[in-house]
Amino acid sequence: MSDRLPGFSTLAVHAGAQPDPTTGARATPIYQTTSFVFNDADHAASLFGLQAFGNIYTRIGNPTNAVLEERVAALEGGTAALAVASGHAAQVVVLQQLLQPGDEFIAARKLYGGSINQFTHAFKSFGWNVVWADPDDITSFERAVTPRTKAIFIESIANPGGSITDIEAISTVARKAGVPLIVDNTLASPYLIRPIDHGADIVVHSLTKFLGGHGNSLGGIIVDAGTFDWSTGGKYPMLSEPRPEYHGIRLQETFGNFAFAIACRVLGLRDLGPALSPFNAFMILTGIETLPLRMQKHCDNAKAIAEFLSGHPAVASVSYAGLPGDKYSQLARKYAPRGAGAVFTFSLKGGYDAGVSLVSKLQLFSHLANVGDTRSLVIHPASTTHSQLDDAAKIRSGAGPDVVRLSIGIEDKEDLIADLEQALSA
Amino acid sequence: MNHDAYPDNYIRGILNSVKSIAMVGASPVNVRPSYFAFKYLAQRGYDMIPVNPGHVGKELLGKPFVASLRDLGRPVDMIDIFRSSSHIMPVVEEALTLDPLPKVIWMQLGARDDAAAEKAEAAGIKVVMNRCPKIEYGRLSSEISWMGVNSRTLSSKRPPMPMQGMRLSLNRTSVGGGDTAASDRAAKAKNEQS
Repeated sequence: MSDRLPGFSTLAVHAGAQPDPTTGARATPIYQTTSFVFNDADHAASLFGLQAFGNIYTRIGNPTNAVLEERVAALEGGTAALAVASGHAAQVVVLQQLLQPGDEFIAARKLYGGSINQFTHAFKSFGWNVVWADPDDITSFERAVTPRTKAIFIESIANPGGSITDIEAISTVARKAGVPLIVDNTLASPYLIRPIDHGADIVVHSLTKFLGGHGNSLGGIIVDAGTFDWSTGGKYPMLSEPRPEYHGIRLQETFGNFAFAIACRVLGLRDLGPALSPFNAFMILTGIETLPLRMQKHCDNAKAIAEFLSGHPAVASVSYAGLPGDKYSQLARKYAPRGAGAVFTFSLKGGYDAGVSLVSKLQLFSHLANVGDTRSLVIHPASTTHSQLDDAAKIRSGAGPDVVRLSIGIEDKEDLIADLEQALSA
Repeated sequence: MNHDAYPDNYIRGILNSVKSIAMVGASPVNVRPSYFAFKYLAQRGYDMIPVNPGHVGKELLGKPFVASLRDLGRPVDMIDIFRSSSHIMPVVEEALTLDPLPKVIWMQLGARDDAAAEKAEAAGIKVVMNRCPKIEYGRLSSEISWMGVNSRTLSSKRPPMPMQGMRLSLNRTSVGGGDTAASDRAAKAKNEQS
């Protein structure tokens, strides 16, 4: 009962989980059920009216998913979280609470290619307009602010190049503009960077990557920092105005510093429907228990491999913030002192053809479109994840034709280096 | 007391020790937060008294409304004020005329009046501001975890199934309140601005 602060590894194992009240099961059970019985009509009405704690239907909440939500909220230092079906679903649900048709949000130009597509095309059809800014030039965010701006979106470590974003500087811009800062923390995980400590108001993840960590389950999550005041100026009516679908409840008034997470659940997930399977939640939870161990190994391996590649005669350049001379090494020391992540790019002197040849000769690295697996992965972004971008946009987002992206796993680094060596020299 | 961030042990001590709670501003309208906070606290075994001059002669979940704190007719351990910040002071001043004094004055989520808190504390009364006792009870018992909320507590003990009318243990291990420090800092900054 002492008010002592447990460490990150203790939270990674324990936060949100306790023995099952019914059976005493110590591992979190998979509550593979669509629905939950009510005690009586009054109980049902209380639950539907958001007046009582409890479960109704797995599209709105599930006990297995709730353990995952509390665990990630604790690791990120947020007030609450909501798990959804994928990282993309997390982004839709977040922006649905913030934007009305015709509104704008500012996004960093360096993003996962899938997010660039989602923002440019899918969101356009909702009337949500993305305005791009350059994370290497903070003033470009300031210049992009208009009266219709409702949010700023960045990645903490940006895909695919592994560049580090100056979260604090951009949070200052967001605060001045009176809009929340959303940080996609997928590539860092809270083990390397906790964006809320640097001014983020909302954190999103693809759980599919390092948090789950084993490349077996899709998932996404939204973490509410509890820092943003939604009541000012009627700018965020989903949170500040009476909600007709809940008898006129005002979410900020009722739920205080976790109102945004509740809005995402009861207005976003309930009505849009991208619920996470409890089975996936279980798999991801199991992964998170070893996050600190895995993440350190990922980073240590990545640094060794980046060093090997930068000394190799076939390699033109390596873009890894953990290397001393890298453009982002100073930001990496500030934001991610334990390691600069495990996803980075390098370019080959032999250009596009050399990249294709490398990918085909690798024996341990798997050629596929994912990152953050226990296994080491390789991909040629220009022909895959970023293929729908035009050439100029590919280069701007760090995915030029000569670029190869690696996601370093937790194998023995000597074996990974030997695999790269044989593929580069053959 | 630092009213920007309460240690869990302070809140836990209050919720573990008070038995009777007079709720000023309790509403019979079943979609108002005061109604469902009242109902929840009654279900968790607190002896609840609704205070609202507009509803005298009616009952809230079987408990008759009284018009003001002077009409309670018996001692209460805690006064929970469901009024906005600008209406706090007169309620606190009225509470200070009670004999015996209440042990705790609690101001609801969104409500904060530092001058009123100072007066109450000078009289030896514990004060909580800008918190909801239902949320805090749910958080410390971890019942609120069902909504994905960070309870900021840990436990390796098997809990009972929370049924109506059951008191839940609030004695889990706290993670110090420090883990949502960002939220507390933001609330402090907002209070200093206003």
